[in-house]
Amino acid sequence: MEPRIVLETRNLRKEFNGLVAVADVSLQVREGELHAIIGPNGAGKTTLFNLISGVLPPTAGKVLLRGRDITGLPPHQIARRGIGRSFQITNLFPNLTVLESVRLAAQARGRRSLYFWAHYRRYREYEERALAIIHQVGLAGREHIPARALPHGDQRKLEIALLLATGPDVLLLDEPTAGMAAGEIPLLTDLIRRLREEGGRTILLVEHKMDVVMNLSDRITVMHQGRILAEGTPAEISADERVQRAYLGEL
Amino acid sequence: MEKTGFPLWLRRHWPGLVILTLMSLFPFLAGLAMGDPAAVPPEIQGVGRVLALAETGRAKFWQGMVIQMFILAVFAMSYDLLLGYTGVISFGHAMFFGTGGYVVGLLVKHAGWSAGAAVGVLLLVALLQSLMVGALSLRVKGVYLAMVTLAFAEFFYILAEATDFRQYTGADDGLHGIYPPPFLSPTDHRTRFYFLALVFFLTMYLAARRLVNSPTGRVMVAIRENEARAAMLGYNTFVYKLVALVAAGVMAALAGALNAFFNLGVTPSVLSVATTIDVLAMTIVGGAGTLTGPVLGAAIVHLLGYWLNRLFGQTWVLLFGVTFILIVVFLPYGIVGTVQARSWRWRAVWRERWRRIKEGRKFPLPS
Repeated sequence: MEPRIVLETRNLRKEFNGLVAVADVSLQVREGELHAIIGPNGAGKTTLFNLISGVLPPTAGKVLLRGRDITGLPPHQIARRGIGRSFQITNLFPNLTVLESVRLAAQARGRRSLYFWAHYRRYREYEERALAIIHQVGLAGREHIPARALPHGDQRKLEIALLLATGPDVLLLDEPTAGMAAGEIPLLTDLIRRLREEGGRTILLVEHKMDVVMNLSDRITVMHQGRILAEGTPAEISADERVQRAYLGEL
Repeated sequence: MEKTGFPLWLRRHWPGLVILTLMSLFPFLAGLAMGDPAAVPPEIQGVGRVLALAETGRAKFWQGMVIQMFILAVFAMSYDLLLGYTGVISFGHAMFFGTGGYVVGLLVKHAGWSAGAAVGVLLLVALLQSLMVGALSLRVKGVYLAMVTLAFAEFFYILAEATDFRQYTGADDGLHGIYPPPFLSPTDHRTRFYFLALVFFLTMYLAARRLVNSPTGRVMVAIRENEARAAMLGYNTFVYKLVALVAAGVMAALAGALNAFFNLGVTPSVLSVATTIDVLAMTIVGGAGTLTGPVLGAAIVHLLGYWLNRLFGQTWVLLFGVTFILIVVFLPYGIVGTVQARSWRWRAVWRERWRRIKEGRKFPLPS
């Protein structure tokens, strides 16, 4: 049986004042898979994420989630439909503690955010969920530290925790290991692997570290200058000559 | 053993209770300390004498000062819901304060309504006004939002000053003769009005505290911290900013109404930019992002204004400006904000020292 397509882009295009950042990209992400997008700097990977998550409106083309058109919806609506996103550049709530940040992400999933007459601690389930996720990403013991005071590696973990707490079924991970110390990376790749193995989630991953990508991915799409250059299993991609040339800068 | 129930509650809230007690006793203490004994007939003795003394001399004046502080404190707290909690910089907050005064003024003076009914209608008017202003201004951010709100406020200021409506609003002379029910008259029953203002202040403080500690209030803080990220979590940030603006608008309007009843009138100046700047100064001096901050800020600014004015006359504005700059430079998070940030560090330092002492006992250094 063919696996279902969860997320699809059709001829998605983004131009910035004539500069084509994403050129007619048609991508199909299958349910439950970990799909990596690789490519040299400026290949349009982050722009593609911005188009999917609603941060930027596309110039042309469509984004479909389970066959439904979500092109041009505001970010909060796309988030509520189950697409969660982490950011390449650390993008947190600087003065909120780890627990409070993750609790807010958990609360975003529920329907009680406009209960302005109740004390927020009345809804323990958000806090419990936040604590469980903090534990899962390896931030236990740091619950009461403000995000700005965390070391970089922990900020990356908090970024993932925020994403997980909203409970998305499609995860867009934009370079989760960016700027992390080499010793910390296995912890994060383990986490991503576990997320995939738990099932039920589809992961779209942008990553530069080849060993991470080759290890984790079910499928890989290679982007170059805004276009899709190649797509296939890790084995197919590592054998592809065009990909090698693109990375060496000959294309 | 962990204390529970009432003892724990008392332990946690004793500073607030002390302040509340002092606030409740203030008129009588002031009466005993500053009342004019000559103004009270000698045959009145005991409790009656204390009550009567509170209505005389400087005791009456200082109650008025504190009433004005309560009103300004509510106004400043309402502004802080926007500035300190949601990160929305509005330059038109005076519009709500002024609306409060003018709506009750017009209804009480010209339509002959009772004060209670006028305040009821004001609630509705303030709700609609803040919804409308919010729907139109919260689409933009930062400086643009400041400018749009300023434009709205100027519209109401010009309306209040317009000579075309002089027979209703009194134009630049203002609207005078806004009387509350006689039993609450600020001139004849200053102490009663004091308690009205105290109850109003406490109610608004508790309401604001509940709002900022509610699920909604936490989202407001997230928007202040990083609006784009809050949206990526799935929050429609516009809705939460609108809730903050409506809450702030209604609170400010009620403060404006009480202000009109206390001063028995309003002038267009309550709608001017200067009023917004005042409330901004109070919030920043006390500490944006806290509720006690604006309250303290309102008290300090009002007292400082009074004393500087008495000591230096017209140049007080200049001296106040200098004081304001000094506070902003040396206490960047306001008085309450800076103390909170520092005490956090002090406590951490002491906790660490205490831990080392205890560990030192458990594991004595090898000699």
